[in-house]
Amino acid sequence: MAHLWMALAAAAAEEAEGIVAAAETSSGGLPQMDFSTYPSQLFWLAVTFGTLYAVMSSAILPRLGGAIEDRRDRIADDLDQAAEFRRQAEEAEKAYQTSLADARAKAQSIAAETRSEMEAEIASMQAEADDRATAKIAAAEAKIDEMKDKAAANVRAAAADVAREIVGALIDEKPTDETIAAAIAKSVR
Amino acid sequence: MTTSSLSSMLDAPAPAALGVVGDLARLLGSSFAPRAAGPMEQFEIHRYVPLSLGDIDLSFTNSSLWMVIATGLAILFFTAATRVRSLIPGRLQSVAELTYDFVADMVRGAIGPEGMKFFPFVFTLFVYILLANLLGLTPSIPGLTHTFTTTSHIAVTIGLSMTSILIVIVYGFYKNGLGFLKLFAPSGVPAWLLPLIVLIEFVSFLSRPLSLAIRLFANMLAGHIILKVFAGFIISLLGAGGVVSAIAIFPFLGTVAITLLELLVAFLQAYVFAILTCIYLNDAEHVGHH
Repeated sequence: MAHLWMALAAAAAEEAEGIVAAAETSSGGLPQMDFSTYPSQLFWLAVTFGTLYAVMSSAILPRLGGAIEDRRDRIADDLDQAAEFRRQAEEAEKAYQTSLADARAKAQSIAAETRSEMEAEIASMQAEADDRATAKIAAAEAKIDEMKDKAAANVRAAAADVAREIVGALIDEKPTDETIAAAIAKSVR
Repeated sequence: MTTSSLSSMLDAPAPAALGVVGDLARLLGSSFAPRAAGPMEQFEIHRYVPLSLGDIDLSFTNSSLWMVIATGLAILFFTAATRVRSLIPGRLQSVAELTYDFVADMVRGAIGPEGMKFFPFVFTLFVYILLANLLGLTPSIPGLTHTFTTTSHIAVTIGLSMTSILIVIVYGFYKNGLGFLKLFAPSGVPAWLLPLIVLIEFVSFLSRPLSLAIRLFANMLAGHIILKVFAGFIISLLGAGGVVSAIAIFPFLGTVAITLLELLVAFLQAYVFAILTCIYLNDAEHVGHH
């Protein structure tokens, strides 16, 4: 184990030597502190950074931004179109609903019309039948009246004859027709 | 492996014609030796192509090379991603758009819709730092490449943070005129407290570019030193031979774990830099709203 630690220590020491050596050999310690390299570093930084900026701002970023913008526009367009389609679908549904309601109302009105028509027809047929029946009844009644009158006249004539015969037999006198009629009318009333 | 820094290299004329290849050749000569390079070596700057403007040294260095690689990769990636501008994004375009939306949301959230004029700048800042950080985590191929983290140098991070702060100051005065100075005198502070508050606000404003720069630089520096030290342990332990070599598995696992952590830090620091820039820009856009 001690062997291992010694080896590790040796390795670390070698490293440390390296750092010290580097710090000593490079004048002024860190290479970063060597000011003689600054102009060159700053010059090439300006050249490369300037180039990158010019290329980025003039060519690459507009293209890249344009592509992103195009996509955003396209998505917005698609969404708009989808909204439009949805609106159209809703409109179509509304039209369908109204036409359905119309049809239903029409069907109902046709049914009601038919029903009232039939009712009217039935009523007229009934009235006609009633009329016919009334007429028949009236005719029958008239006939009955006529027959009654005729019968009554016959009865009166028979009564007058009987009355004349009776009177003739009783008092041997022939009463006049007027007297008999007056007498019958008097007794019947 | 030579440990000479740029300043010592300046004494002898650099092999300009060799350029990258020359540096690689120098690396080749030593990197196969069973010895770990010092943890600070990765931060050294080497001149590839000497270049100067008067007395100012503007040489193309390994730092410059990795800046160019980062920029080139960023441009390549985003150009490829936006080559086919399709309604249904492919894999590349998805990643690019994800980044776009991420930064755009950041800007809108911190500044509001009117802050989108700063979007290209913040986006560039975020992508630049993110790629620099991530590229710094790619392994060097011994004898072929030598990874360098440009954001591990304070000169670079100061350059970036000063750019941000200068935009804040210039835009702040352009938009609000002298009213921008109200930034240092928040409303609702009693008069007797005002001088102290103004002083504190002024110091805090001055510390912004420094804290921005040092946060990024220190994170990158510390992460890469720890990685290198752990990796150095592996080499040392393997070099020790025998049973001891078996222990090398522990620093190896540690290196893997820290690499994962550093990937997170690479992203996080780019994000923090960008979001703080947004918050500072918000001060310029909406003075007196805090």
